[in-house]
This record gives sequence, C-alpha cells and structure tokens, in this order.
Amino acid sequence: MTTSNLDPATAIYNETILPGDGWMREIPKNHIFRITDLEGNQAVDTLFFNAFDPDDHYCPQQTIRSQKNSFLTTGSRLLSIRGTHLLTIIADTCGRHDTLGGACAAESNMVRYALQKRHMHNCRDTFLLQIARFGRGFTKRHITNNINFFMNVPLTSEGGLTFADGISAPGKYVELRAECDVICLISNCAQLNNPCNAYNPTPVQVTIWPPIS
Amino acid sequence: MNPQYPNIPESAVRFTEVLQGGATWSHILKRNTALKLTNLQSNANVSLLAFNFELLCERLNLPDTLKAQHTSKITAGHCLYSDMGRILLSVIYDSVGWHDPLCGPSTPETIHAAFGSKNFYQARNAFHRNGRENFLIELGKYGLGEPDLVMCLNLFSKVVPTETGQLTFYPNSSPPNSSVILRSEMNTLVILSATPHPLEPPGTYNPSPIELVVFTTPPPAADDLCRISCPENQRGFQLTERYFL
Repeated sequence: MTTSNLDPATAIYNETILPGDGWMREIPKNHIFRITDLEGNQAVDTLFFNAFDPDDHYCPQQTIRSQKNSFLTTGSRLLSIRGTHLLTIIADTCGRHDTLGGACAAESNMVRYALQKRHMHNCRDTFLLQIARFGRGFTKRHITNNINFFMNVPLTSEGGLTFADGISAPGKYVELRAECDVICLISNCAQLNNPCNAYNPTPVQVTIWPPIS
Repeated sequence: MNPQYPNIPESAVRFTEVLQGGATWSHILKRNTALKLTNLQSNANVSLLAFNFELLCERLNLPDTLKAQHTSKITAGHCLYSDMGRILLSVIYDSVGWHDPLCGPSTPETIHAAFGSKNFYQARNAFHRNGRENFLIELGKYGLGEPDLVMCLNLFSKVVPTETGQLTFYPNSSPPNSSVILRSEMNTLVILSATPHPLEPPGTYNPSPIELVVFTTPPPAADDLCRISCPENQRGFQLTERYFL
C-alpha cells in the first residue's frame, strides 16, 4: 500500500466514468494519472498504447514476466509488446490489480454463464464503441489483453484461477506516471454475472496532474 | 488423458515435419485434424499463437481461456478459446501436465541476457532467435503484425504462481519425448516458435527440435474429454459448431 500526497485541487483534469461507460484519452509523458474506485469493488478494464505508435500496446505477459509476479501494484512497470516502458504505478491503496482476467465480452459471457447472456452489456462492446469514436486508425485488432484495476483474481500453485470477491473499498485508488505519451482506453465494467463488481457496478473517477517539478 | 493417444493410426497421418530448435512454423490446421508436438530433447519450449483463418481478427484469447476453465495452466481436457467464444484448439492428449499461459515469448533482451547474442553471420542457422521476432516474421506472412501479438501459450514449460503472485520457472519440466496433441475445432492458423522460455536460466542456447505430426481426427463426440470437462466447454463447443451451420 502506498498513498499519494497529490492535491486534487491541483489536478488539470477530473472526470467520472459511469459503470457501463468508457473513456479514451491521451495522457502526456510525466503526467500523473489516478483512478479512484469511488464506491468500492469496481473492475476498471484498461488498455494503454504508446501514443507515438498505437501498434505498440500494453502487454501483460511482458509486464508480469519482467517483474516475476502476476499482480500489479506500486513499483510495477507497465511494459508494451516492444518493451517500451509505458507507465509506472507510483501509488496504490488497494494492494493488487489483475492483468490476466481479460475483459468481458458478449461471446465470452455466453461461454461462461449461459447462451442467453448475449444481450448483456460488456467491456468489449464499450472498447469497440470508444475506438470507433476516437478514430486514429484503431480497430478491433488493437483491443489486446488488458489490466483490471481493483479486480481480484487469485491464482494457486496447483494451477487454479478464480474470480474472487474484491479487496477494494470506497475511495481506494491507483496512481500511475506516464513514462511516455500514452493513450488510455477504459471500460468501467458492467459485468453482473460474477463478483468482480460485487454484482453492483459503480462509478469511478479519473484524475490527471501535470508533471511534478 | 485420452487413452486413444499418443498412438496415431498410420492411415490418419497427413504429414510429419521437424520444427528445428530456434525456428518458426505456421499451418492452417483444418477442422477435424490435429497436431501432435513431441520434444526430441530437453530444453523444450514452443510459443504458440492461434487465429481463425477465415477471420484473422478472431484470435487466441488466453484470459477468456483461463477464466472460462478456472485455470492458470493448460493441460489435457482444456480448450483454447478465441475472443469470440469459440474453440480454436482443444488439448486432447498431454503427457506433460502443465503448459505455461502466463509468461509470453522470449524477446531479444531475454535471449541476450540468458544466452548472449549470436547473429546469422556468426552462427549461420544456429543463430540466437527469439519468440517475439519469430512471431512477427510468421505473422507478417498472413498480413498480421504487432497488434496481433496477443498473449501466447508456452507449450512444454511450467511456471508456478504462489498466492502472492510470485512466478517460479521449473527448468526441463518436459522430459524428452513428451507430447501434446492439439485438435483443431475450426480452420485455425497455428503459429509456432521453438524458442526458449523467457525465464529459462542462463546457459547454452540449445532449444529442442520438435516433431510435428498433422493427422485427421473424428469430430468431437458427445462424451469428448474436452467437451465434458466443464459446462463452459459444452457451451464453447456448441458455439463453435454453430459457426459452421
């Protein structure tokens, strides 16, 4: 657990993302980016791209292999497929974040829960709508493997993996420093079929500060 | 494990090939065929990507694969899912017991750190190739590239996580002549790279050659090992079969 002493009054950007909504925006190098879990136990599905060339995308395997740990927390360096250091987690009051559970989709919900779940809103739909609005050549191919901030996906030494009750709580946050100009794509998860959002999707807040001099 | 395998009737074999250590390979593995991979020596690792050949933006999705089957390893009975809720490949036989879905391909940096660098001019075809660049070469042949470099599976390699997330690599987890059989449930573009695991400890660059056998298989039966291993897979097979209706 690492807290931050940044003052929200000095932030240059502040926005609430409702559950089921998305957000896509460039974050310049050295800016500080905070995501706050306003009501607790909310999964925030997040992708990062090198703004200079979005083909250079965040890569969970590169990131967890280089830190030899499957969870993200303070000190984690988020690496791209080319090995570009995209961001660093510099504060975290939740403790750990998942990057293996992926994003929910209509089709994977049908596999995981029931064929009748196709209609339910999901992160992949939010991602697709966000990139369609954003333009700049983003396509479905850019929707690669993501981070789930505040989500708890324990692994076991026997090779198990579960979606467990969250370890987050109202007001917990994670703070990242952009190490290059990055594009951030968020889906504030609408999943109602498992405990990743405590069966009650809630809003999150994104805040951006200028570089600390 | 499926008792029918690893023996394959000779009449079912379509072709056999050896994937040399360090090299890359791809094939459109047709529905109702399967690929048997056998490591011919120790130090085996095969990084694998898979795509629906008819819709190349549909591809292996390891997060969906792991969460649908509540697993952080891949072995017999597991299916490899695409992002569209369909099964690209299913693991119908495995003598290894644990294949690593967590750590991704080797890179120029991991190869240099563990084995030093050797270029083609120095070592001819024994040069030190790596998984990521092999993938980019093989993907390029199908018009694919970096956006398609999604999480890959490392066959023949074992990496065990602890409850706190620490990852431990088990060297030589696959004795020579271990084998795994992947059955194609769609017309699946399979891309392989026989390059070291990125957590392999420092030593001599000597990735195992892999024997590949492509053979025909009957359609998965109602009581198929992979189909019945969990209710999620029953639905996965249902959605995959719908695709061909």
